[in-house]
Amino acid sequence: MAQPTQATTEHAPASGHGGGFPPFKAETYGSQLIWLGLCFVVLYVMVAKLALPRMASILADRRARIDGDLAEAVRLKGEADAAVATYEKALADARNRAHTIASETRERLARESEAHRKSVEADLARQLTEAEKTIAAGKTAAMTNVRGIAVDAAGAIVAQLVGKAPSQAAAAAAVDHVLKR
Amino acid sequence: MADPIHQFEIVNLVPLAKIGSTELHLTNSALFMIVAVAITGVLMLGTTAGRQLVPGRLQSMAEVTYEFVADMIRSTAGEQGMRFFPLVFSLFTFILFANLIGIVPYTFTVTSHIVVTASLALLVFLTVIVYGLYSHGLGFFRLFVPHGIPGYILPFVVLIEIVSFLSRPISHSVRLFANMLAGHITLKVFASFVAGLGTLGAVGWAGASLPLIMVVAITALEILVAFLQAYVFTLLTCIYLNDALHPGH
Repeated sequence: MAQPTQATTEHAPASGHGGGFPPFKAETYGSQLIWLGLCFVVLYVMVAKLALPRMASILADRRARIDGDLAEAVRLKGEADAAVATYEKALADARNRAHTIASETRERLARESEAHRKSVEADLARQLTEAEKTIAAGKTAAMTNVRGIAVDAAGAIVAQLVGKAPSQAAAAAAVDHVLKR
Repeated sequence: MADPIHQFEIVNLVPLAKIGSTELHLTNSALFMIVAVAITGVLMLGTTAGRQLVPGRLQSMAEVTYEFVADMIRSTAGEQGMRFFPLVFSLFTFILFANLIGIVPYTFTVTSHIVVTASLALLVFLTVIVYGLYSHGLGFFRLFVPHGIPGYILPFVVLIEIVSFLSRPISHSVRLFANMLAGHITLKVFASFVAGLGTLGAVGWAGASLPLIMVVAITALEILVAFLQAYVFTLLTCIYLNDALHPGH
């Protein structure tokens, strides 16, 4: 370890400076003040004229850029919201229209089928009445025929039993009398 | 044992000019003042030359330093204090880098000399007085008359205020000077213990490990102190400048 020898050599110039506490040696003040003045003025000018304005402009640019981007984002969000609103309105309109068309169609179809049903029913009713009329006519005709046959049959039966045919009118009256019962 | 005071000796390195009978030398002190200014230049100009929108690491350091000092001024002296931004910023970076460079072995600590710290403190002191009188005229002296003090003790309070105002540059400069001086003497003393015990063989080596650990720990502490004292000096500067801006308070 060379430290002790170095220590003695270190000590020698210290005493060579006349000893004393270096910060209180007034003969060094002049040069320190001159250098401090020079350095601090250079530093101040550099800081005031170059460094701080440049830094301020960098930070201002960044702030402006961020604010601009945020404003742009807000604007785009507004546009997107408007587009969504338009889309939803269109969707709602379309749904309403579809609803209207569906209900109109349903009503129209209901009306048409109702009309169709009524016409068919009317047709059927008419056919029914006609059929009833035909039946009634047929029945009347049949009844008339039955009476004629009955009168003839009654006359023939009486002639067979009694041997003497009754008059046409008496047989008819007797048949009517029975038919009414 | 190595002389712990020797490190504060001003040494002439290069003779530059001769004015009358006095010679101007590039001294070790001057060299490290220039280094401190150069580091500030590199930090604030070299790293921001790219003017990047998204800062890199080095530009971030410059921006953090800028914002740190700007916030300090805004919080203590308000937005008006920003007119002193270049002065406060120069003081902060100069003292910070002078302190930090001084921790590197074989360098010189510019701020360990009372004449340097006193000059900087007087610069602040005179700035406060000149700006205070310039912007407020005689109203600047309201600084010495606090509000809400009963009349009969007011003379004493004013006297105390004046004395405390006048002693500001002393405490302002001695605080920085003494901190740097004491820290470097402590480091040197412990370091010389290491060297001294190291010559005593194996036992000495074991004994030397303790002061070695101390030196490492104190070096870490000194880095903190270097930053802290630069911060304290700058913060007090802001507080004093606030008096020049708003003497009524």
